[in-house]
Amino acid sequence: MTDNPMEKMSVVEGSYATAHAVKVCRPNVISAYPITPQTHIVEDLSQFIADGEIDNCEFITIESEFSALSALVGASAAGARTYSSTSSQGLELMHEVVFNVSGMRLPTVMTVVNRAVSAPISIWNDHQDSISERDTGWIQLYAENSQEISDLTPLAYKVAEDKDVMLPAMVCMDGFILSHVFEPVVLLEQDLTDEYLPPYRPEHILDTKNPKTFGSFADPSVYTEFRYMQQKGMDIALKKIEKAVDEFTRIFGRDHGGLIDTYRADDAEILLMAMGSVVGTIKDVIDEARIDGIKVGLLKIRSFRPFPVEAVRKTLADAAVIVVLDKNISLGLNEGSLCTEVKSCLYNTDINTPVMGFMLGHGGRDISKGTIHMIIDKSQKVARSGIKVENEFVDVRGDLI
Amino acid sequence: MIRTSEAIYKYLRPDKKYPHVWCPGCGIGIVTGALVRAIERIGLTKDEIALVSGIGCSGRVSTYLDFNTLHTTHGRALAFATGLKLAKPSLTVIVVMGDGDATAIGGNHLIHSCRRNINITSLIINNNIYGMTGGQYSPTTPTDYKASTAQYGSIEKPFDICKLVEACGASFVARGTTYHAKMLDALIERAINNKGFSVVEALSQCPTQYGRRNKLGGPIEMMQWYKDNAIHYTAFKKLSTDEIGEQFPIGVLTDLDEPDYLERYSRIIKEAGSEGQ
Repeated sequence: MTDNPMEKMSVVEGSYATAHAVKVCRPNVISAYPITPQTHIVEDLSQFIADGEIDNCEFITIESEFSALSALVGASAAGARTYSSTSSQGLELMHEVVFNVSGMRLPTVMTVVNRAVSAPISIWNDHQDSISERDTGWIQLYAENSQEISDLTPLAYKVAEDKDVMLPAMVCMDGFILSHVFEPVVLLEQDLTDEYLPPYRPEHILDTKNPKTFGSFADPSVYTEFRYMQQKGMDIALKKIEKAVDEFTRIFGRDHGGLIDTYRADDAEILLMAMGSVVGTIKDVIDEARIDGIKVGLLKIRSFRPFPVEAVRKTLADAAVIVVLDKNISLGLNEGSLCTEVKSCLYNTDINTPVMGFMLGHGGRDISKGTIHMIIDKSQKVARSGIKVENEFVDVRGDLI
Repeated sequence: MIRTSEAIYKYLRPDKKYPHVWCPGCGIGIVTGALVRAIERIGLTKDEIALVSGIGCSGRVSTYLDFNTLHTTHGRALAFATGLKLAKPSLTVIVVMGDGDATAIGGNHLIHSCRRNINITSLIINNNIYGMTGGQYSPTTPTDYKASTAQYGSIEKPFDICKLVEACGASFVARGTTYHAKMLDALIERAINNKGFSVVEALSQCPTQYGRRNKLGGPIEMMQWYKDNAIHYTAFKKLSTDEIGEQFPIGVLTDLDEPDYLERYSRIIKEAGSEGQ
């Protein structure tokens, strides 16, 4: 830990960093179906297994995403540490099983390589796929860069498998922007990961000597309590994520923030909020705007589920205007999902700060520094004279409409 | 005699959608050419055809052809096409799929379309691999052949697509290859003319993802392998098990004269209607 981290870095593709992180977590069953831009992760894992680098692990390219996640339900219920990865249509096809995994309290971890959904067909990045699974009872963590996606992987297992949590987790990374880009990364060390992440020892598994049922019929007299207990698990996960972050920092010496992270937010009048790789661009723009004397800062959401209500409220309390950037939209509400969450956690408090929502980057449209500067300009006007437009699309091409 | 260059300008979208995404040496262009020539021979106008495709390298065919086209989700092309045919039976519905598209993620729709014998033509372009996503093994990757997710060879048994769809009730089943391009034209023509569910399996080389990884040579060697091992069905039937080796049958394998789904449908409507009178 006292070593110079630069010396430990390798320049690798984001997908490789992810696959390597999965490898050192020692999964027992990996099941996946090819879909762009997830494929490199699964190919790298396949190579690791072919090279004998993951002990006691079965790998299958199954006939669809639906089957990929279904197979993991069986494997996880039998006591295996399980992994899959998918994107876009693949995640939407899994939808039915996504609820099954969380309802059965199986701590599967899945990397979602975020990609826009059809129709029209797009292979490029936005967050509509994972956001559409918002209410399925999975922990959702979003990564800003390759190092973070790598580091979030064992953290996700640790929290998901905690006996007081027992919920599956999606670790989300932006398709192509992170998955196909080469960055310097400290690849997770096997010995440190072993120290951080204990073997999976579930209390309840399928066992012929001690028969149990997973996913049984629940009539109206008991169904409510299943949902109640899942929410309890989410509440506990809030604290467990913070704890797992502290332990990660102690063992690996890196810190990306807890449930949230902030950047130049302490005295910020304009507070930008976002998730994923766009955070890197926003930080650069904040530095430029600060030179011009604009007091702007960032609140980055790392854990979207469970949503860190208290931490968000605390950080937003002193801002003059809150600006939320969403790579998704709830069609019919004309609002991005993060914006909705932020508004909902400010209601019934004494914080009465205007919240502006911007929907951008759909289907991989570039989010330039110029766009972020434009958003900051708009928010300055709102800080001076109040809010008129709550939500808007950014960079819409008038010539196509 | 059909002059391909004329057909290209008539049926393709040469000014809008090219260059295409297929790799040099890919067989899908040959299959697409055969499809266009078959349509030209039947004399269908562009407005009489609805072309439906899924996702993958084969899914791009609908992008380049200038018919009514429906580009759907991975594996679901037949389900979308079934609705289309029921709503508008007058259209000639042609579905282009790949092996992964048709027999893995969409396998369920394939077997039930066969069983239903709905009047749709399926063109399954079988290149034995998931090409577009990087060469993962598919349900038609032969046992022991390598893929990006089977570094030491696939341990699974592949589907014989023609046997599968025959067993499921398709009324017309044929197999062709990219080497036997003229025969492929004729097979697709007969498939479109068949009233019922028709399947043409077109074996097509993928030198980039499949050939290179399995040391099968370039596109020429892969097509040569089709030439050397494909045997007409009538001759194939006479071979003993020991003689077969790597050889496989091409040509029309099944051609049944059976009422299709819509025919049965209109008959039952008529019967139900007369009963009420």
